Amino acid sequence: MEVKVLTIKEDILGINEKRAKNNYERLNEKRILTINIMSSPGAGKTSLILQTIDRLHPKLRIGVIEGDVASQVDADKVHQRKVPVVQINIPGGCHLDANMVANALNNLPLMEIDLLFIENVGNLICPADFDLGEHKRVILASTPEGDDKPYKYPTMFTEADVVLVTKIDLLPHLDFQLSRFSEGVTRLNANVKIFPLSCKTGEGMSQWFSWLLYQRRYLKTRLIRQSSQP
Amino acid sequence: MHELPITQGILSIVLQHAKSVQARRITSINVKVGEISGVVPDYVRLQFDLLSKDTIAEGANLIFLPSPTSLRCRRCGRIYTPENPDWICPECGNNKFEIMSGRECSVESMEIG
Repeated sequence: MEVKVLTIKEDILGINEKRAKNNYERLNEKRILTINIMSSPGAGKTSLILQTIDRLHPKLRIGVIEGDVASQVDADKVHQRKVPVVQINIPGGCHLDANMVANALNNLPLMEIDLLFIENVGNLICPADFDLGEHKRVILASTPEGDDKPYKYPTMFTEADVVLVTKIDLLPHLDFQLSRFSEGVTRLNANVKIFPLSCKTGEGMSQWFSWLLYQRRYLKTRLIRQSSQP
Repeated sequence: MHELPITQGILSIVLQHAKSVQARRITSINVKVGEISGVVPDYVRLQFDLLSKDTIAEGANLIFLPSPTSLRCRRCGRIYTPENPDWICPECGNNKFEIMSGRECSVESMEIG
């Protein structure tokens, strides 16, 4: 048998990138600011989303995509607040991909959403490699997890737009050093914003709300300007 | 499992290319894996053996070509491969950098019959 070498040079996740781009264009068309929220399990992603709904919805109309290995627990909590939500379950899976989000978008009333949260599967490794078509990436790191997370899981933090240090009400009981944590994040990422906050006491939450409102306004202005150009 | 979509991606890429040149058999595949891509070659091998069963890629030898991490110092601009756990720049001792490569994952080439 004659053996031949065929050069390919093709990115393995290229198909995901392509689908992510489709999602991005679709979200832009509807002017929906989309935030991919990532963290390890239990860092407070759902609490953050619920607090944000309580504060901003329906003035800013929110929608949510929930990604979990199993259960509807998170989606039920969101649903109770009369916010459109789609639950994605991935048995044995560890992250959301662009195709799953595309399907979820088909099941959301996109005309009634200004801000879409995609709550990724709790995991500090895999979700970083799968673009979903979001506008911004937000990483949560809770103080009980320790201040060494950006040193141990660097790739997760390199492309974050915002890092939220959650559960800061627990700081008096922990050895967590905010300066060591922040140093670990900024060495990887020059443009990242770091907001320490607590969903429990409300401390620091206003920075997060202001950032979201600013991003939504900015996106809208940018898209209107683009569409008015010949 | 992070590796599953990677393995599926490899298989679908090689089968597609094999079809376009009407190859009868894929005997080996060269895959470039970045050092910090988080992909574990042994897992990919295991999954590939299962997924490629009854395809022309069955039994193909998967060869992983490690792609080293390359960083660019944000202070002095030096491009370096980190040699210490803190990824500090060997030129100026700064610890702020951009990741230039090391996260990529691609099918480079394959041998067909």
